[in-house]
Amino acid sequence: MRALILLLLTLAGALPAAASEIVGALSQSRVSLTTSFSGSEILIFGAIRRDPNEEQLAESDEANGSTDYDVVIVIEGPRQPVAVWRKDRRAGIWMNVDSVAMASVPSFYAVATTAPLNQIVSPETDAQYRISARQAIGGAAADDASPDAALFTEALMRIRERSQQYLALDRWVHLDRDILFRANVRLPANLTEGAYTTRMYLVQNGAVVSQFRTAIFVRKDGVERWIHQLAFDQPLLYGLLSLVIALVAGWGASALFRIIRQS
Amino acid sequence: MLVYLPIAEISTNILTLLGVGAGVGMLSGMFGVGGGFLITPLLFFIGIPPAVAVATGANQVVASSISGVLAHLRRKTVDLKMGTVLLVGGLIGSTVGIWLFRWLSALGQIDLAVQLSYVLFLGVVGALMLQESLRAWYRTKKTGSGRRKLHQHTWVHALPFKMKFRVSGLYISVIPPLMVGAAVGILSAVMGVGGGFIMVPAMIYLLGMPTKVVVGTSLFQIIFTTAYTTVMHAVTGHSVDIVLAFFLILGGVIGAQLGTQIGLKLKAEQLRILLALLVLAVCVKVALDLLIQPGELYSIRVMGGE
Repeated sequence: MRALILLLLTLAGALPAAASEIVGALSQSRVSLTTSFSGSEILIFGAIRRDPNEEQLAESDEANGSTDYDVVIVIEGPRQPVAVWRKDRRAGIWMNVDSVAMASVPSFYAVATTAPLNQIVSPETDAQYRISARQAIGGAAADDASPDAALFTEALMRIRERSQQYLALDRWVHLDRDILFRANVRLPANLTEGAYTTRMYLVQNGAVVSQFRTAIFVRKDGVERWIHQLAFDQPLLYGLLSLVIALVAGWGASALFRIIRQS
Repeated sequence: MLVYLPIAEISTNILTLLGVGAGVGMLSGMFGVGGGFLITPLLFFIGIPPAVAVATGANQVVASSISGVLAHLRRKTVDLKMGTVLLVGGLIGSTVGIWLFRWLSALGQIDLAVQLSYVLFLGVVGALMLQESLRAWYRTKKTGSGRRKLHQHTWVHALPFKMKFRVSGLYISVIPPLMVGAAVGILSAVMGVGGGFIMVPAMIYLLGMPTKVVVGTSLFQIIFTTAYTTVMHAVTGHSVDIVLAFFLILGGVIGAQLGTQIGLKLKAEQLRILLALLVLAVCVKVALDLLIQPGELYSIRVMGGE
């Protein structure tokens, strides 16, 4: 019931000056993958606009602290279809035996929060808004009938967490006087091109009060963009170009060394 | 110093790439081999996706063979006719290999296939080379020379479609050279190697070609086959990384020059024993990866176009 009311309040939040609101921005909305790209630090910041009615309530409730706000920031990279393979021993050799296909899995997923996620967001809310990485993947593997599909989902999360593609950044968001918030999230070097949707949730008592959406656009730039486009649009020309480079470099270098040695 | 590789889609240290290129280039300069059989597994170890490693490895072989080909052409130690027959086989083999590569990738078994081929071929070739070079070393220490007969008649000479190869002084069927060429073509597509380590012994012992023209002719076949393989990988899989290839080649040419200098100071027999041991070491390393239970049993494959 309470959730329903909050949901209604959230919807009403679209109307001006109703419930509390969250508004955010990014230090940069564009990331260029150039030759020297080695990851990028993004500052996500914003403010909470408190509902004036609730402010009075808050005064009286201050003692039990139930009106404390929490902020959850989710950055989700472009979704891709993946196959997770499991090795098993066959004739003494470890080889890929089973696989589970997942139709759409985020290539990057970071959840930054003011406090551990499971303490500030109820499981229902998590499922509804698909906040945690598990929820974000959840739907993709569900259609598979395999009994140990859950194991494959676990493995996907484990591998991607290790490679810093999935990040759980607890207590990463700094909240200033319950009004201003900010977080520094590091995007790794192995980014996929596309739109990285950034969702910011204002959370209170385990439920989402308000949300704000924006996006970071990651694209290859400069020479990298040119090379990548050529490889996919003109593969024959690209293949020939790589040959020419190989031939010129291989021949040129040995010719150069011959001149050096003779002089 | 990091560089972002546009096709492999990862950032790698330039010095690592130059180091891999230089190290392999040095060995190839010392031993006169292409080095593709070392570059591809090394690229796996630094996290380059197998498809990109194999395709880019083929491109690197083109660069490391060109100066050798030109030198041999100038010295006229290339049997162009034999080279062309081997090349026709190579192109057929490469086409089959590319198709095989796509098919195995779709099945998710390409890593296994590449590793198994490495274990098999490096194991056999390394063992043969070691045995041969040890025997040669033993022979030089003991007495003069136990020379091989110039014309040994084997099953090769009984096959039809005979052709005259004047430079090699051979009159044999075109079937064995075509088969040898095709086998090397498949290897170049699946393993990203030139295949010299298998073609040179095959030319000497199977076809009975004179040693003088073997290296030049094999290089002639290798450069065209790997060039074709590179373009085919680029067209069918978009998996050739120019930036990666560039740094490998850059390191490679420098390393090769150093290697040649070092190679001149060592004795040929010792060099061959070293190379055989090196080939066996790579073989054992790849085999252990297959036999020892991996720390992570699961792996992720992103499907469809990048």
